[in-house]
Amino acid sequence: MTIVINVNGADHTVEADPSTPLLYVLRGELALNGPKFGCGLGQCGACTVLADGAAVFSCLLPLAAAKGRRITTVEGLGTIGALGPLQRAFEAEQAAQCGYCIAGMIMRAQALLEAKPNPSDAEIRLAMQPNLCRCGTHMRILRAVRRAAGAMAPARRPAS
Amino acid sequence: MTATPISRRRLLSAGGLVVAFSISGRAWTQAAGGAPKTKAPELPGSLKTAPLLDSWIRVDGEGRIVVFTGKAELGQGIKTALIQVAADELDVPAARITLITADTGKTPNEGVTAGSHSMQDSGAAILNAAANVRGLLMSAAARRWTLAASGITTTGDGAVRAPDGRTVGYGALVAGLDLHVAATPDAARRTSATNRLIGADLPRVDIPAKLTGGAAYVHDLRLPGMLHARVVRGPSFGTRLRGGDIEAVSAMPGIVKVVRRGAFTAIVAQAEWPTILALRRLQAMGWDRTAAPLPAVDPLAALRGSRTQDIVVADVGGGAPATRRRIAARYTRPWLMHGAIGPSCAVALFDGEAMTVWTHSQGVFPLRKALAQLLGMPLEKVRCIHSEGSGCYGHNGADDAAADAALAALAVPGRPVRLQWMREQEHGWEPLGSGMVVEASAALGADGRISDWRYDIWSNAHNGRPVTAGGLLAGAEVDPPFPPQTPRPIPMPEGGGDRNSIPLYDLTRSRIVSHFAPSAPLRVSALRSLGAHMNVFAIESLMDELSLAAGADPVAFRHAHLSDPRANEAIKRASDKFGWAARARGNGRQGCGFAFARYKNLAAYCAVAMEVEVERETGAVGVRRVVAAVDAGEAVNPDGVRNQIEGAIVQSLSWTGLESVGFDAAHRTSFDWSAYPISRFQDAPGRIDVQVIDRPGQPFLGAGEAGQGPAAAALANAIADAAGARLRDMPLTAQRLKTAIGV
Amino acid sequence: MKPTNSAPALAAAVLLGLAGWAALAASAAPPARPAFPEPAIRHGALLAAIGGCDGCHTSEGGAPFAGGRAFGGPFGAVWATNITPDAATGIGSWSPAAFAAAMRQGVRPDGQNLYPAFPYDHFTHASDADIADLYAYLMTRRPVIARTPSNHLAPPFDSRAAIGSWKARYFRPDPFVPDGAHDAEWNRGAYLVESLGHCGACHSPHNAQGGEERGRELDGAWAEGWYAPPLNGSTPAPTTWTQEDLNAYLGSGLDNRHAAAAGPMGSVVHELARASPADLRAIAVYLAQRMAPAAGAPARPPDHADAAARAHPAGALLFAGACATCHEAGAGMMMEGRPPLQLGTPLDEDNPRDVISIVRRGLEPPVGPAGPSMPAFADSLTDAQLADLVAYLRARYSDRPAWRDLAKAVADARKGPSG
Repeated sequence: MTIVINVNGADHTVEADPSTPLLYVLRGELALNGPKFGCGLGQCGACTVLADGAAVFSCLLPLAAAKGRRITTVEGLGTIGALGPLQRAFEAEQAAQCGYCIAGMIMRAQALLEAKPNPSDAEIRLAMQPNLCRCGTHMRILRAVRRAAGAMAPARRPAS
Repeated sequence: MTATPISRRRLLSAGGLVVAFSISGRAWTQAAGGAPKTKAPELPGSLKTAPLLDSWIRVDGEGRIVVFTGKAELGQGIKTALIQVAADELDVPAARITLITADTGKTPNEGVTAGSHSMQDSGAAILNAAANVRGLLMSAAARRWTLAASGITTTGDGAVRAPDGRTVGYGALVAGLDLHVAATPDAARRTSATNRLIGADLPRVDIPAKLTGGAAYVHDLRLPGMLHARVVRGPSFGTRLRGGDIEAVSAMPGIVKVVRRGAFTAIVAQAEWPTILALRRLQAMGWDRTAAPLPAVDPLAALRGSRTQDIVVADVGGGAPATRRRIAARYTRPWLMHGAIGPSCAVALFDGEAMTVWTHSQGVFPLRKALAQLLGMPLEKVRCIHSEGSGCYGHNGADDAAADAALAALAVPGRPVRLQWMREQEHGWEPLGSGMVVEASAALGADGRISDWRYDIWSNAHNGRPVTAGGLLAGAEVDPPFPPQTPRPIPMPEGGGDRNSIPLYDLTRSRIVSHFAPSAPLRVSALRSLGAHMNVFAIESLMDELSLAAGADPVAFRHAHLSDPRANEAIKRASDKFGWAARARGNGRQGCGFAFARYKNLAAYCAVAMEVEVERETGAVGVRRVVAAVDAGEAVNPDGVRNQIEGAIVQSLSWTGLESVGFDAAHRTSFDWSAYPISRFQDAPGRIDVQVIDRPGQPFLGAGEAGQGPAAAALANAIADAAGARLRDMPLTAQRLKTAIGV
Repeated sequence: MKPTNSAPALAAAVLLGLAGWAALAASAAPPARPAFPEPAIRHGALLAAIGGCDGCHTSEGGAPFAGGRAFGGPFGAVWATNITPDAATGIGSWSPAAFAAAMRQGVRPDGQNLYPAFPYDHFTHASDADIADLYAYLMTRRPVIARTPSNHLAPPFDSRAAIGSWKARYFRPDPFVPDGAHDAEWNRGAYLVESLGHCGACHSPHNAQGGEERGRELDGAWAEGWYAPPLNGSTPAPTTWTQEDLNAYLGSGLDNRHAAAAGPMGSVVHELARASPADLRAIAVYLAQRMAPAAGAPARPPDHADAAARAHPAGALLFAGACATCHEAGAGMMMEGRPPLQLGTPLDEDNPRDVISIVRRGLEPPVGPAGPSMPAFADSLTDAQLADLVAYLRARYSDRPAWRDLAKAVADARKGPSG
């Protein structure tokens, strides 16, 4: 079945089973690396993407349900040559060990900062709670989010 | 690449793999094949087994430099650190270096990336090799200019400079350079103060791609014609699915093939989703246990009572000790999961003759041997290339996923196969960190010092890494199956269950015995720090209990028993920065704890001070702040060391405060994150401060596993101080603390 | 906890059963712990687990029993008070008689009525000994200085005098009377359910004035936007609730022949897990007897996968991509013996609200850090998608008639508990 989805500002025509969780379409048909398979169960957040600005588990969002939504992955926030504010903050704080969870962390943080530009530490921790990090990079991730909060204008949508 | 041919003798008896490394000139101990043979014992690090310079460094005509390491990037920052070492010693910008990591087709065999050996083995080798190469480049320039060698320097930009200012690029010198020579052990290190990368907080070279969706992991590999696969197994080790309708599954949309070799089954398809649907269909048939029932009722008692090989680790001092007071205690730890965030994955390609596997295994060389045996292929036809996975923290499902991918690839020659384990499969089949029991008894003399120390450890193996096909899950499933590897203890000074069982403290009388229980009902292998997590937890808890009995401050008590100046320095730095002397004393609701260890008594020193608050009503513990000090010798990338210790603390707080693999008689019940929760953001400490004590000129010391033990003990000690309840059984859960506190 | 309704003001406050006025005079500081026998404190803890004090009197992230949680209803918001033994802001100055008067008669030491959001119409049936042990437990908790905010009720409900009239009509401060036709364990369960357990506060229907409807005990009712199903023979549960099932569910939040505890039951079970096993068993015995089906076991719960997919193709697609990975046969969770969806009660209720709420909000492990959990789909699925999915679930897993007005039900759920 052919479905058109909008990812990082561009429309993509995808030929796949419409029940396919978006994660496998993003990684497969669209060859994106940002969203990761961590559990497929909505427990770890490695697959986190934005759907119309809300942080969602792409492993549990069927392709058919993604139609008509504005999907953003970490690729849509910036590139190596032109990092977005959160990516810049994560780089500055060296907020990664293995880094596998980081793209998901960035997307979860992006949703938070778009909705709440100046979150308290408690609010950041609560917002990031759905995302797991096994290496124990939590302190740097929190610092990176705080750092980015200072740098981002309120409720600005990511560059499309 | 001048790979040293590895002997093809069969490794049926091999169990342990980790190679005991000596920094003070002792000989390598070869614990098993899979570890390469020593050729040049006088050389530093892995140059002992790969002494030729061009095994490590190549320079081309354009001056581009490739550095080879047999170690792998696990997220510990080793790629960056080794680039720093090489660039610093070669006197070139870091960006000039291309680093090739563990690849059986290209790099030296440095065994397994484990045991915090990477800087000590590979870092030391590359440091010396680079010094050798730079020396050779300068000599080549001197010959070219017909000048004396003295006065020749390097520019820091990949060129050699004569005293009169003439320069020549490294590339132009290559023609007159022979790097196919053995390193000399005492090649002079660069002394100039410019372009110093060792000791710099160079940003990690792998992070930018990870922030922007660049291809960074084996999971991101996309090869032409690549197929997707899932392996089919029961829910956990020792179980098997009941038969399913293979034909019906083969006919499902998108399925290319169902691979079967004996009981090994894998589903191959064009895309991922069809493999998942097919897997689920087979899983719906139900499962049975194939092995003996698990000792679910009291597994630690079962461990304590099992048949053991008893190893005397230390037996020092004699006669009857003067004893004013004796404390006996039993400490335990449950089985723990690696719990890598990214379930294991591998890509394999069989071209009809040769097999290439991209894998995040920590040991591509031993894996290659095991795979060759499993596949029935000659060793030289199998190549294993390390590609990053998520943090593995030891021997997880990576090697098995590699074997599963290879078997699947054999069935579809010419098509790369990407085989991804499911979350539940990683939880169910990864080798665990063994449960452990420690029974200790220590005495204080009249002088308030420790006069006697008795310490017994019970543990299953801490190494099950595959060196033969029998060490792979698939090895037991193919027909005929390969014999399982025999679990063996890892000899000290590295140790397995007895790792870090010898306190660094000055003990006049000690007897330490490790009871190695080879028969393990649960699949076990190396989990980061091996026995050190348990042993440091126990030793440092007991030290606290002793200091209280002696009426001494816990930090002062430790200082009083330590003559190692670097140990004392690490403790002092941590306690000073924490404000230990002025700390608030335990008042029922908040308190502080301290712990220290030197990893393996050979690697990095780490001291941890911690402040916690306790909610007595629920037993919930919040870690307010942590201060740590780490001495990792010459710190190549201090921020990298800091990152590792921060991570170790957070990870260990989760292990120690929360985690325990659950199982019933039939299988593991910790099947996903809901059943095996780990710390999340709201559990993370309020703040962590790590101070890196830099020791320029000192040997590199591994820091990747130095924090787990001290953090665990600091938590126990802080809880005891805060709540007045001494918890000795991990995990130190709210429920257990609440029970100890009472209503 | 009950819905907050109060009668319109009619007369001056009628204070019932006001024994021991003199004892209500304020004293200085709370008695020290040694003043209470340890067994009383320990037993009080077990009783508090059944009473669920923590569930209402502790706010999110707040100190235990320090109050600060608001309960909204059609008449405004009432705040749960600080019941720690702080003398100034908690109940530290309350004598045993004052505490008993609050529990039994719904009056404060100053003589004012308590809003029946505090379910004293149930607590009134508790024995003297149990109230005394609860007092021992509460008075030995950590005192916390936390001033309870003032209630925000629209007039005339902001007058406590109005409660008097409510009491006159609906408050029956009778002691529990055992039923001789049942054994001691059943009666213990009945006593706990009707007194400290206050199950009827949610599970019994209340009229517009907030009084429990006579003769309809445990017939099912709405509370905080969730439907608390009947705990008697009217249960819509597709499989019988045996005593073992109830015991497992109440003690752990999961029964493999039904489902996991969701919504407010998650919080109830969180506390019940700390009750004494004997008391939990007694409650289970009692409720199992009350919930026994009148005419044999229900029919086998259905799974009309094909028919439901044909009738609701959009919902089937959503299920396949969003839910099947846990809930379909062969999923990892299902290999663990977790109950399939057709065994859960919410899909057989007359109203889709509970199912919608569970899908939107997910659920957290009710007891301890490990346990059944489910992610929240409120942000992943649009209202229309939720409606499609829920229609599919009903068609697949229930033989009852299709729910109507799903779009409205979903919209109401999005508005929150008052919707």
